[in-house]
Order: sequence, then structure tokens, then C-alpha cells
Amino acid sequence: MTKELWKGNEALAEAAIRAGVEAFFGYPITPQTELLEYMSRRMVELGLAFLQAESEIGAINMVYGAACAGVRVMTSSSSPGISLMQEGLSYIAASEVPVVLVNIMRGGPGLGNIQPSQGDYFLMTKTVGHGDFHAIVLAPSTIQEAVDLMQIAFDLAFKYRTIVTLLGDGSLGQMMEPVEMPPFKEWPEKRPDWALRGAKDRPPRIITSLYLGADKLEAVNLRLQEKLQRIAANEVRYETFMADDAEHLIVAFGTVGRIAKSAVRQARANGMKAGLFRPITLWPYPEKELDALIAQGRVKDILVVEMNAGQMLEDVKRIAAQRVPVHFTGRMGGVIPLPDDILPVLEALDASGNGQNGHKREMAFA
Amino acid sequence: MEHSIIFAGFGGQGALFAGQLLTYAAADAGLHVTWIPSYGPEMRGGTAHCTVVVGDEPIGSPLVRNPDMVVAMNLPSTDKYEPLVKSGGLLVVNGSLVKRPIRRTDIETLVVPANDMAQEHGSQRLANVVMLGALLEATDLLPLEQVEQALRDHLPKRHYHLLDANIAALRAGAEFARIFMPASAAVT
Repeated sequence: MTKELWKGNEALAEAAIRAGVEAFFGYPITPQTELLEYMSRRMVELGLAFLQAESEIGAINMVYGAACAGVRVMTSSSSPGISLMQEGLSYIAASEVPVVLVNIMRGGPGLGNIQPSQGDYFLMTKTVGHGDFHAIVLAPSTIQEAVDLMQIAFDLAFKYRTIVTLLGDGSLGQMMEPVEMPPFKEWPEKRPDWALRGAKDRPPRIITSLYLGADKLEAVNLRLQEKLQRIAANEVRYETFMADDAEHLIVAFGTVGRIAKSAVRQARANGMKAGLFRPITLWPYPEKELDALIAQGRVKDILVVEMNAGQMLEDVKRIAAQRVPVHFTGRMGGVIPLPDDILPVLEALDASGNGQNGHKREMAFA
Repeated sequence: MEHSIIFAGFGGQGALFAGQLLTYAAADAGLHVTWIPSYGPEMRGGTAHCTVVVGDEPIGSPLVRNPDMVVAMNLPSTDKYEPLVKSGGLLVVNGSLVKRPIRRTDIETLVVPANDMAQEHGSQRLANVVMLGALLEATDLLPLEQVEQALRDHLPKRHYHLLDANIAALRAGAEFARIFMPASAAVT
């Protein structure tokens, strides 16, 4: 296969087609609209189900219905649209049906703007709806990685009967990069044995999120929690870059993860021992892996960089558990931090005797 | 090797397409490359720009504050990016629209009468390709032929009747740079 130039949103759409998506329900919103537009052409061409719903609320409930039928279904949106989908996502999680969700984040809160942001980290990783559950959150930093992760998204969704989200931002959606598209994936014709396909000649199945008895609902929750533990034990993904001997460790995900790579390269060229830890799954978070890196004792301080006010920072601080100072720098409102913004912060840490001056979150606003 | 280039101009001048053309050519040449546009609510006649980063290693940041090279198609873009070009870098300016002198002395400057040259090839709308031809000649980013091939492969179908004019305009830009850019100034 040769590489072709793809726009992020369209690459994600084609990647989902290759991965075997059968139905798409969505509602346009910048900066992910090209994904839906692409699907509106391509899915019709392939005889698949595409529908532009009347709203995000309509779309997510259509997704819920298709998922109950054991269909490979997805939707995509951007931050405010995801907020609207939260009720449906909670129902989907409780019903334990497989769904793939793309969130191409934009600046918030509120209607915000259409520029890139990572302001939905809490929303996506902590709870993408009410109640006790997590979705699997995959955070690609390049278009190729987005395409590759889309190939496993439906597998994970069906394996665990869960929501799998691909979390990108406006710049990933709008930029272009050479991509190698995977071949079309083969799926078995037989539908899962929980799917609602018509109960002729068999006892009816029930998929619900309503359990009026407390004992029953607690049992459902215990089963959910057991499943989440299995996911956490088996599905962690991450990348390290020059981290083996790093004294200053940047932790960053998605677009900022790739920008931080440039900063690490520059810092290394200047003789500084910098490295990068980049979680690819934001839930489950690569806790043990980051913990092990800190436990080796070479890391003197950590710098978390995000396009938000410091959300993943909370997780990194928890994992670092006071062993090393955890600093933060970030931009908000759609502003992208550049390598030139990160490098001086690293240099300041290096000059300050490796972070003797405590957790410097205020660096973000310097 | 890694180079960053910003293409900027009025909406409709084709700055984004010039950047895409370079990106296609780089990708077809097997290089690592990213293209990222300015996007958002833009008004007609407002400015548009894109950043291209091309290299032989995977690209980290697709955005830069101080690009190695800038192709400025109009005055607002020149005003915005002249101060940002990396020291020792290259500024290619559309001299048909930018009448003021370039003040930076620590960068190479190439002033191309792109609109006038484009008009000679049939349409002012070819100015973006003239500028790209000049950029290619003044640097060692890619051979001109690679971009000519990218034009053949990626020019939108509705513009395909303009292929020959595009290639001629690209070559004219390169020819201009060959004459007016001292060899010692070539940015590598």
C-alpha cells in the first residue's frame, strides 16, 4: 500500500469504513463536519446506513438503537455536541452495547469557538454521562495513528460491549498528512448472541438500562465495574520518546503529544535530558507504566502540557504521588502551545535545580 | 532535515492550494509532511494561511512560530510574517501587491511580481503557482519536476483545463528566481 495525503476528518471516516462501520448517525459541527460529509457520500455509495439526525440528541439515540441490534455503529461530533449526547451515552453504557464515538474537540466552555482544544479530558475520561462508568478513550496524535486506532475501535467496542471514543482536536481534524489506509476488515456474518434481531423461534432478549430494584442495579454495577477492571488490565496503550534516561519528563497527549516531541528534540539538541511520556489510552490511563518510569528514579521533574487548564495534570499528580514535582503549562480557548512555548519552561526547570521550587502550575499564565 | 513554510494571502489567492501542492509533492517524494490551514469564520477578502512542515523524520509539531520560509501573497501577510521569518530564512513576497520595502536584513528576500507574471500566463489566479515556483528555485525543498507531477496528479478536475497554464506559471516563477536570486542566497 502506498501513502496518500488525507485530511484528518476524512481519514477517520474512511478508516471507519475500512474497519467495517455499518451505520452512522450524526449532526454537523465544526471542526469535525468533514467526517460526516464524507460519510454522507461514501456510505451511500457502499449501501450502508447514513442519516443526518435532527440534533445530536436524536443522533445518539439512533446510535443506541442500532447498537442494540448488534450493528457496527458510530457517530462523531465536537465538544458541545458531545455534551448533548451525554444522556444517551449513559444509557448505552448501562445497556452494554458497543458504540464508537469520535470527538474532535473545540474551544470551550459553552459554544466557545471552533479552534483546537483538549478541554474535554475530564468529560471523556471521568464520565461521559451520568452514573458509574468509563468509556475507552483513544487519543491519537497523528492522522496515521487515528486511522490505526479506528481499526481496533470496533473490536474493543464489541469485545467489551462498551463505548470506545476516539478523541482528537480541531487541528487533527483539519490538518493533512500522508496516510497508509488499511485494507477492508472482514467481520463474521453472525450477529452477537445478545443482539436484538427479532425473537422468532427463540425467547425474547431484553436490553435495558432501567433496573428498579436496588439489589438488581447494584449487581449490574458490579458487573460493569468488573468489566472496567478487565479493560484497565488489558487495554492500556502509550508511547515513550527519549524517556529512558530523561530527567525532565513531559507528559502530553494527542496534538500536544506530537508538539512536545519537537520540544524534546530541541531540548536534547541543547544538551538537556528531556523525554516524553504520551498516553494513547486516556482511559484506561497507563498508570503502572508512568509509575514505573518515575520509580526508576531518573526523572527529576514532570512537565504536563495540555490545551486546557490542567486536566490530565490531576491524574499525573496522583500517579506521581509527591515523588517528583509535577509542573504544568498549557494554553486554552483554542490556542495551541508551540515547541517554542514548551522549551523555555523546560529550560527554567533545568536551571532551577530540577524543580526545587514546587509545583508551578501558574507557569501557564506567565 | 526539516523545513517549515507558511503560505499566506487573501482568501481566493490560492495560498492554501500552493501549500497543498507542495505537500502532495513532498508526500509523493516519500518525505514526511504536514499541512495545516488556518480555519474558522473568515470573511471574504480576509487573510488565509497554511503551514507546511516537511522533513525526512516524522513531523512533531505541525505548527511553528518562526517559519524557515514564508510566501506572502499580499501586504497584510507581509506585515504579519516578515517579523516572524526565522533569522537566515527566506521571505518570498508578491511584488505586484506589496510596494513597501522589506526591512529585515537578516533574512533573504525575493520579491516576485507574481500577479503581473500570472497575468502574462492568462490569469492573475496563477499567482500562487508563480510564487511556489520561485520558492522551489530559491531553496532545495523539492525539484520543480516533483511539483509539476503533483499538479498533474492533484489539480482539481474542474481546473484541469488550466494544467498547462499552471505548469507554465510554475516554471516562470522558477525562472524569475533563477535570475533574481543570487546563488549564494539559496536557502538549504
